[in-house]
Amino acid sequence: MEKLTRVSTISGRTMFCHLDAPANAISVCRDATQVVVAGRNIFKIYGLEEDGFVERLNLRVGRKPSLNFSCADVMWHQMEENLLATAATNGAVVMWNLARPCRNKQEQLFTEHKRTVNKVCFHPTEVNMLLSGSQDGFMKCFDLRKKESVSTFSGQSESVRDVQFSIKDYFTFAASFENGNVQLWDIRRPDRYERMFTAHTGPVFCCDWHPEDRGWLATGGRDKMVKVWDMSTSRVKEIYCVQTIASVARVKWRPERRYHLATCSMMVDHNIYVWDVRRPFIPFATFEEHKDVTTGIVWRHQHDPYYLLSGSKDSTLYQHMFKDASRPVDRANPEGLCFGLFGDLAFAAKESLMSAPPSVGDVGRKTYPGGDRRYPIFFFKKPDVTEQFEQVSSALSVFESEAGSSVGMDWFINTAQSYLLSGKPFGELCEHNAQVAKRLNRPQESTTWTMLRIMFSEPANPSLSSNHNLNKSGNLPLVNSFSMKEMSAALSERNKENRQDNLHSLETNLNNNDENEETEGSEGQAEYLFGDAELDDDDLYSMEHDNQAAEEPEYLLPQEAFPLRHEIIDHPSAPEPVQERPESPHVSGSETESTCLTSTESFSLISVSQLLFSPHLPPKFFCPIVKEMLCYYAEQGDVQMAVSVLIVLGDRIRKEIDELTQEHWYMSYIDLLQRFELWNVSNEVIKLSTCGAIMCLNQTSTTLHINCSNCKRPMSNKGWICDRCHQCASVCAVCHHVVKGLFVWCQGCSHGGHLEHVMEWLKHSKHCPAGCGHLCEYT
Amino acid sequence: TFLSEKQCYSQLFSFENVRPGRNVNLSFEKDRASLLCMKALANRGRLDSVSQQMASHPQYLESFLRTQHYILYMDGPLPVHYRHYIAIMAAARHHCRYLVSLHSAQFLLADGDPLWLQGLEAAPLRLQHLDHINKVLAHQPWLTARSHIQALLKTGEQCWSLAELVQAVVLLAHCHSLCSFVFGSGSDSDTTPTPRVHHGTPPGYCLCDAANGNTALSPSLAGPTEKAPRRREEDEAMFSADPSRFVTDPEFGYQEFARREEDHFQVFRVQDYSWEDHGFSLVNRLYSDIGHLLDERFRNVASLPFPHSPDLKRAIWNYIHCIYGIRYDDYDYGEVNRLLERGLKLYIKAVACYPDSSKTPLCPLSWAPVKASDKVHVNLLVMEARLQAELLYALRAITQYMIA
Repeated sequence: MEKLTRVSTISGRTMFCHLDAPANAISVCRDATQVVVAGRNIFKIYGLEEDGFVERLNLRVGRKPSLNFSCADVMWHQMEENLLATAATNGAVVMWNLARPCRNKQEQLFTEHKRTVNKVCFHPTEVNMLLSGSQDGFMKCFDLRKKESVSTFSGQSESVRDVQFSIKDYFTFAASFENGNVQLWDIRRPDRYERMFTAHTGPVFCCDWHPEDRGWLATGGRDKMVKVWDMSTSRVKEIYCVQTIASVARVKWRPERRYHLATCSMMVDHNIYVWDVRRPFIPFATFEEHKDVTTGIVWRHQHDPYYLLSGSKDSTLYQHMFKDASRPVDRANPEGLCFGLFGDLAFAAKESLMSAPPSVGDVGRKTYPGGDRRYPIFFFKKPDVTEQFEQVSSALSVFESEAGSSVGMDWFINTAQSYLLSGKPFGELCEHNAQVAKRLNRPQESTTWTMLRIMFSEPANPSLSSNHNLNKSGNLPLVNSFSMKEMSAALSERNKENRQDNLHSLETNLNNNDENEETEGSEGQAEYLFGDAELDDDDLYSMEHDNQAAEEPEYLLPQEAFPLRHEIIDHPSAPEPVQERPESPHVSGSETESTCLTSTESFSLISVSQLLFSPHLPPKFFCPIVKEMLCYYAEQGDVQMAVSVLIVLGDRIRKEIDELTQEHWYMSYIDLLQRFELWNVSNEVIKLSTCGAIMCLNQTSTTLHINCSNCKRPMSNKGWICDRCHQCASVCAVCHHVVKGLFVWCQGCSHGGHLEHVMEWLKHSKHCPAGCGHLCEYT
Repeated sequence: TFLSEKQCYSQLFSFENVRPGRNVNLSFEKDRASLLCMKALANRGRLDSVSQQMASHPQYLESFLRTQHYILYMDGPLPVHYRHYIAIMAAARHHCRYLVSLHSAQFLLADGDPLWLQGLEAAPLRLQHLDHINKVLAHQPWLTARSHIQALLKTGEQCWSLAELVQAVVLLAHCHSLCSFVFGSGSDSDTTPTPRVHHGTPPGYCLCDAANGNTALSPSLAGPTEKAPRRREEDEAMFSADPSRFVTDPEFGYQEFARREEDHFQVFRVQDYSWEDHGFSLVNRLYSDIGHLLDERFRNVASLPFPHSPDLKRAIWNYIHCIYGIRYDDYDYGEVNRLLERGLKLYIKAVACYPDSSKTPLCPLSWAPVKASDKVHVNLLVMEARLQAELLYALRAITQYMIA
């Protein structure tokens, strides 16, 4: 009863004050009205008023304060409100009595520790008992009435990081160590610890006994974990574990909340978190005020869960109100949705939402013909009235897609496997990919590929471009362009043949035209292009064109594009290539497929192209549009298209798109491919990519597992010597050195070695270099 | 021939000192050392004199080699040839010919551009930018400031990422301190620092250590037969590389860390920023696993069996840190004067601060240890203490950068 009234008198708000120096630790007095802040250059007492902190006392007195004032830790006596203890960085344990009449409040000085004292702790019920833990590996128990320690406990190990008296067991205290161990001691038995267990890997920076549950101890370590141990059983058991994002410097159980504890970190992370240990993945509440690491946290009153005090290296002291804390849970998305690899869909949401059937129907509407098969799995969390949680009960539904339905990602896999990204001339690649897309019933992608081919195909190769444009469907293989390579002096004759070829193949492919027509017409881009090509064609192959036009009246439509073309010629960027053309016709030609141009060929091309006045648009002209198109696909989630186009276009487009975006696309695509276990495709993509960051993916984290050639067992560690038989693995039979790199061996006698050495050896010897008598052969 | 090599191994370890009274462990320890060295030999085709010296402390050698392998060849943000170049830059600060030529050869093997070896000006700007922090860390690490970190990380064409910078800093600190060890153990005075076992294997093969790290040497069209002699020539050429071409501002050197009473802030207090509490967490976060490896090194050197009192060890360690302006609140520095004789102090200071055989002749150093192993031990302490000191300063600056 008395407790409750006292608690109700505490009031306040979130507030802070500036300190003169970074704080290392803070502690409150029992009645929650005052707080002491200690650090290397600060040792002050502040009063906690309704609307702010008020400095009450500065304990750092004297002109040149000694290192005894440099505090690593401080604790206010919980029964004797005038007593304080500090742990000094120089190894001293200092007692302070506020009741002393003079300015210097130092009452006693214990200088028994040889190294920094990390922690001091008063006994919760025994007035005169003080415990300290030091870097030197010792814990000492002091009786305040005596001048020196009454007992010394040796941890037999490295430094002690924290000591805490048990709240419920009079004689027990816990100590945590730098090597990861936690020891339990009985103060009556200084010779040996009662229990010891390894709690963390690396130092255990802090521990805290649960205020109510006898035997519950929370520990925090450099391994970024907070663990709760149950000591009440014969074997120490880890009952909860919270993974934080940085090493844990302090941990404090929250009063009156059985499962809550507050933590702060030693490095990097400046926030204070309050965790519900049963919900270890997301903090229950977060205080984000500090600008540097929080070094001390303490609940203002031992029976009040709403006020938290904290000191920090940023030289501020805060009082946090629990109601002002940010709640990450509220910001977290309570619904979960995830696709399975084979098109299954899992959906988790609050049960109340799930019970409304229409919404479920919505989720599984037409895309999920098999969506009726759902097996709900319910997770109930036991409601706990003391919690501030809402009652959590959620349902998980799984929707299976029907086997063979189009819902899945089959198109993705098919596309990935069928697309050609390299190895053929540009036009053919586009062609092929357009076909693939069409086959998979993706007309838009198919058209895009066709368009790309049209836009970027060799403008310096008139027969090629004209063919393509005339033909539209683009089914015409590029045989013509190759045949042109063989062109020599007899240009005109060949040309004739060519034309005939063209004509022939044109006719055979005419039936394909219908589908593509509408798409061609629908985009203005095609029209520009068409107009240009038309002109080339006119000049070069007027005969054929006439025939063509006569046969196919619908081809008249593009002729309307003529005015458009003129507009474009007026466009400042367009005329340049036209003017350049007569002097150096191969300039624009070399921009694209220059690799297949030989000198004779380009010569022949010159002669051809000189004939015409061809207002070509440079491929560059299309780059902005293509770029937009790529971004559009990427935005739509079809990163496959974006990357494939990027690779196929290569240099034509690469410079237009910034490296980071490209890298991002590549990464996403490669990730997708790997999820679908399309390793070969993903490797091809990596190889073909031009981003440095992507290419080096192939060069990292590759592991080769090798077995020892002597004992046939796996070589466990890196290096070339087997751990078990202490022999060098894969020794060259010629030089007796370890072979790293190419190893060649005879399949008859299985001896071998460095490729070079074996080659060399077998040049002048027929026998195996190992001397086994086998007649090895090298072919 | 294999037999003869084994003999060669055993010769390598014949110098290993025999500690009286530890006969039980001895054979085990010796085995362990020889196995380690065999591994090193098999890995690199040579056993550098540094490893030979350390072989008297196999446990330490193991963690040293592991760390070194990790930072030079294993996963990390920097490309391998960058790492070797940074190592060259670091070693050049102390005119350590031995390390400069070692890493020059490795740099070439990692497909580094031979042009860069002509001097720092020939290297990319990014690496040149590292020069300043290299200089400061090598000689007066207490000057390392947030602004240095900020300048390197400032976004731009030549900027460093935080992860890259941390790896670079670890490399720099590692190599600086290794210079101290090399100098202390006198390995640098060897003009031919390559006691390579010649058995007709072209160096291209021996040093194909790069294959370990899978650096994917781009297969040049020239066959390996043509490649090998070229490599050898380059190797030989590089051994005569002059460290001074990687150094700017050669006058910048160690200065007495004067502790002036009025500016306390200059003193680095371990109690405020220690390796265990702060440095480890930061470095491990930005360069995964390196924290554990370095931690193991520090632990190993601390737990080496020292024939003298542990106080002496602590005095040596704290004295080195004190030279670099790092103070322990809980240490009485009078003890340094009590425990360390003058000769030893001079020796430590020379090895830690002026490990430059071109300037400091080692001979006049009057400290003559009773046993060779003592000297190795002290050298190890110097190296590790110096490594930690540099890391602490650099990591503190990075922490300050991250907070701001």
